Amino acid sequence: MNAPTDRKIVHRYAYRRSPDQDARGVVRRPVVVVGAGPVGLAASIDLALRGVAVVLIDDADRIGEGSRGICWSKRTLEICDRLGVGEKLVAQGVTWKLGKVFHGDDLVFAFDLLPEDGHKMPAFINLQQYVVEKALVDRADELDLVDLRWKNRLIAVEPHNAHVLLTIDTPDGPYKLEADWLIAADGARSSTRDLLGLEFSGVTFEDKFLIADIRMAADLPTERRFWFDPPFHAGQSALMHRQPDNIWRIDLQLGPDADAMEEQKPERVSARLRRMLGERPFELEWISVYRFNCRRLDRFLHGRVVFVGDAAHQVSPFGARGANSGIQDAENLAWKLAAVLKGEAGESLIGTYDTERIQAADENIAHSTRSTDFIAPHSAAERALRNAVLGLAPTADFARRMINSGRLSIATVYESPLSTPDESPFGGSARLGAPLPDCRIRNGDGSETYVLENIGDGFTLLTFKNGAPPQAAPEGVCRLRIGDDLIDPDGLLARRLDATPGAAYLLRPDLHLCARWRSFDRGKIAAARDRAKGRALGKI
Amino acid sequence: MMAKLITASQFSDPDAAYVALVEARRHLSEAEAAALDTRLALILANHIGDIEVLKEAIALAKTK
Repeated sequence: MNAPTDRKIVHRYAYRRSPDQDARGVVRRPVVVVGAGPVGLAASIDLALRGVAVVLIDDADRIGEGSRGICWSKRTLEICDRLGVGEKLVAQGVTWKLGKVFHGDDLVFAFDLLPEDGHKMPAFINLQQYVVEKALVDRADELDLVDLRWKNRLIAVEPHNAHVLLTIDTPDGPYKLEADWLIAADGARSSTRDLLGLEFSGVTFEDKFLIADIRMAADLPTERRFWFDPPFHAGQSALMHRQPDNIWRIDLQLGPDADAMEEQKPERVSARLRRMLGERPFELEWISVYRFNCRRLDRFLHGRVVFVGDAAHQVSPFGARGANSGIQDAENLAWKLAAVLKGEAGESLIGTYDTERIQAADENIAHSTRSTDFIAPHSAAERALRNAVLGLAPTADFARRMINSGRLSIATVYESPLSTPDESPFGGSARLGAPLPDCRIRNGDGSETYVLENIGDGFTLLTFKNGAPPQAAPEGVCRLRIGDDLIDPDGLLARRLDATPGAAYLLRPDLHLCARWRSFDRGKIAAARDRAKGRALGKI
Repeated sequence: MMAKLITASQFSDPDAAYVALVEARRHLSEAEAAALDTRLALILANHIGDIEVLKEAIALAKTK
């Protein structure tokens, strides 16, 4: 997003002088995170919960208004739940799962995102980014291991073999800090990236879009509405989405020739919105005109500097793949970095952050590019094809399936060297390399719970009862016995995992499934644990 | 007469099929794209090789 934004302050935080600024020598910290947005905050909290001390710096002293990211996916909410804010976000957000696509005045396609029943977290919530940031800042403040420093601006980065030397400017002047690892979560205009002279590769799209968040008391259904060529905005596309507190997100395509400054004038925006909303009264909350990019760094890992979120990759907003993928970057990195810093894994494990999250970024960029090609055709010839698909959609299923108003973010199934290939085939909705599907289940005392709530911070082995005497899990693996510790009364979890009696499932600390077997073999489980810690990577 | 034309989606990844079609016409003028489509129609019609299916497809394409 490259538009000027006039952001009101929602929360302000005080700059506090750190003892590091008065130390005689340069202080060394295990991890410094740059950027207290959702991604930097999630990374810091996750590391702290894993026992790693983090210094989190941000050049601002506030959380600003301007909703920006509003759609939070189930996978992100599951991560936030582990970090301690998931239920709070769901309570504050608008839960939705229905989407409708219109061509002109006609409904051509409707979708329901609810993947399976019995998940703790919904498919999506809508919630203003600043509300998410506030919840994460409050959570970080509860943790002694997160040292959040506002008004600390990174002005120089000097990479060394075993550390990074940072110069940080403050209202009291600059100070230096050494970090074993630096996490760059400083967004699309990352100063860390600029300071290291790194560049993105990818494409910038010519079309400009207008985002307006408005306050409007409207009795409209809670669903995502997308229009191609609507009567109120001829020849372009439009999106309307509900947020909490009677706030609505309107996104209007303006075409490549729009004048960004002119289009942001409130009277001009209001006139466009009146054509859409008729006589309904509304107030403007936030306006932004943007073009977008689908691009990424060639590598996310540069020595001891690791890029996460928009600092590493950018996509169009269609599909809600920006902040969601950033939070998934943070979670992928946090457990690996914690394992390396505690000496439980070699540094080559961090290299798998690069491979796994580049796979995810490439998926997101591909989906986002396809959506953009559909929403904003490059030429009259491409528009003719797009309109032919829309024209056939009411009568032909195949055309409906090609309509692309954004394919919404789902978790990546890692094709990873950390996964142990299946020895025997498995069905169900679980996938090797994907997060464990959640499932409603019961505690031993019969009370209701969800399987994801019962998984700890380390490696977990889920086993299904088969009558054999229980065997101890290998060291460093927490065992959870389905049938003893937890009860799966209707066999729902067993169906999701295609579990047979005696089956065993190994989960990484980020809850991704990294190995599974039809029977318990302690040696194989230990080998799979070592592999998931990167033990086999040393030879590369 | 039983309909023989399949309109249910047959691609495992419909987005990939759309991308193939849209990339084929990238940088083409409307006239060039129309000529491409005509050749495509002939090639795919022959591949199907069933006059009843072809007639049904024409009828569907003509409905507005």
